[in-house]
Amino acid sequence: MITVESLTRRYAGFTAVDNISFTAQPGRVTGFLGPNGAGKSTTMRVMVGLTAPTSGSATIDGVRFADLPNPGLEVGVLLDASAQHAGRTGREILTVASDTMGLPRSRVDEMIELVSLTPAEAKRRVRNYSLGMRQRLGIATALLGDPTVLILDEPANGLDPAGIRWMRDLLTEFASHGGTVLLSSHLLHEIEVIADDLVVIGNGKIVAAGTKEELLSAAGTLARATSPRDLAHALEASGIASTLAGDGSIRTDADPARVGAVALTHQIALTELRPAEGAGLEEMFLSLTADTQREGVAL
Amino acid sequence: MTAMIFPPSSGTKASPVRRTVQPIATTRLVKVELRKMFNTRSGFWMLVSIGVLSVLATVAVIVFAPQGKVTYESFATAIGLPMSVILPMIAILAVTSEWSQRSGLTTFTLVPSRGRVVGAKAIATVLVGLGSTAIAFAVGAVGNLVGSTLAGVDTVWDVSLAAAPQMALGNLIGMAIGFTLGVVLRASAAAIVGYFVVAFVLSGVLELLAMVKPWFLDLQPWIDWNFTQVELFAGATNTAKEWAMLGSTTMIWIVIPLAIGLFTLRRAEVK
Repeated sequence: MITVESLTRRYAGFTAVDNISFTAQPGRVTGFLGPNGAGKSTTMRVMVGLTAPTSGSATIDGVRFADLPNPGLEVGVLLDASAQHAGRTGREILTVASDTMGLPRSRVDEMIELVSLTPAEAKRRVRNYSLGMRQRLGIATALLGDPTVLILDEPANGLDPAGIRWMRDLLTEFASHGGTVLLSSHLLHEIEVIADDLVVIGNGKIVAAGTKEELLSAAGTLARATSPRDLAHALEASGIASTLAGDGSIRTDADPARVGAVALTHQIALTELRPAEGAGLEEMFLSLTADTQREGVAL
Repeated sequence: MTAMIFPPSSGTKASPVRRTVQPIATTRLVKVELRKMFNTRSGFWMLVSIGVLSVLATVAVIVFAPQGKVTYESFATAIGLPMSVILPMIAILAVTSEWSQRSGLTTFTLVPSRGRVVGAKAIATVLVGLGSTAIAFAVGAVGNLVGSTLAGVDTVWDVSLAAAPQMALGNLIGMAIGFTLGVVLRASAAAIVGYFVVAFVLSGVLELLAMVKPWFLDLQPWIDWNFTQVELFAGATNTAKEWAMLGSTTMIWIVIPLAIGLFTLRRAEVK
């Protein structure tokens, strides 16, 4: 379990992380979301002892990361797949990590196979790796010590669709064995599919935290009609606020049954009517972090 | 990409009971740091260049040295010259690559105690220095035997048992200067440029200063580390005063900056 308590990290002039508290539970995948510069990476860096907190604490099963006797055996970490010596081969990077943790060399081959790097690729120097290959290598490094906790910053970045699917299965299985997974991602769809719990951060503060179901239940309804404008007017006439998106879909906080009833009364043919789960996370993310978005997205 | 992703050993995951984990032994860290010095492309070629340049220097002495100069000292000096430049580079990169190549992100995550990592690097650096010096003496000895036979002169062993450790110490101090620059600057390019400044530019400037300002002439041996280095490589650090001078330059150029560098390194963020 990862526990973050009243964590604050200030730099000269600004506060990157402002008094945040949350937990990542064992057996669950916790998604860590936020716009660029919201403080996700800083929080993760504090968790693994690379950055000192200004105040507050982050602990793994009650112990500060820096106090773990051999952290690699307990916590798998991937913060930046590109942060590797470009002149080393993939295999050497794993060998060095494995030797540091005191693991048998056979573990290196197991990991290379696990992340589907070919033996020929493992012999190449990392400077010749694509981002996706670096991610696979980084995941191999994180899993090397057979840890019970994973802290991953944007692990799906650069992976191809098959790789993303593979990663999803890997993390789900890891959690199903009782492992704790904390991962940040900008790929909201990925997070939505994989995460059990969500922590949303904006401007260094937590703007929402809870199970995915809790957070997305308020997502409302998505409807399409042959004439979306008429449907929007009909909903408005019935006192239901809605938004008409550019793609012709209509979103509202009302439940699908009500929207369907309104459409029936006004004799509008619906082409689609469903709980707005699909884009729910994106909606939630953008509305929760609206004040902190660089683009000033209007909703 | 089968359904069974984890090896059977991870079946224990169901119970999040902490395994008894042994702390990481220092000897293991030293071994890892030694490996890291030479398992990169640059590290590998530096190791190769030490061997190649030792042999080239030996051949050069055999070919070019006048008969009276085919002695063990000539070989030791000729081999020691390229080595005294390469060894500090190895020491610099051992430290700075963690930052310049950003591998420190992994290193300091696996071993959160940065002091222990830097300590292991220091021990590994000393081992490389001693090993290289031993190679230099060994290659020189072979060169001396071969050279004197080819030249048809008596084999002259004119490096005293007192001078040899001083040459070794000279190499170690050169590496310590590089190591210090690495710890203070934490960037490969800056530290290498810095080394050439303090090793070559600075020595010229201080030499000039000593020539034009008589008051500095007496002070120079206490301040100029290149001065005490030359004495060491000549095996001429003998009196208590000379050792005190060496202590003084070591204090100024290694001990104090290294202490400051370590202090900031342990607090700095690893980006």
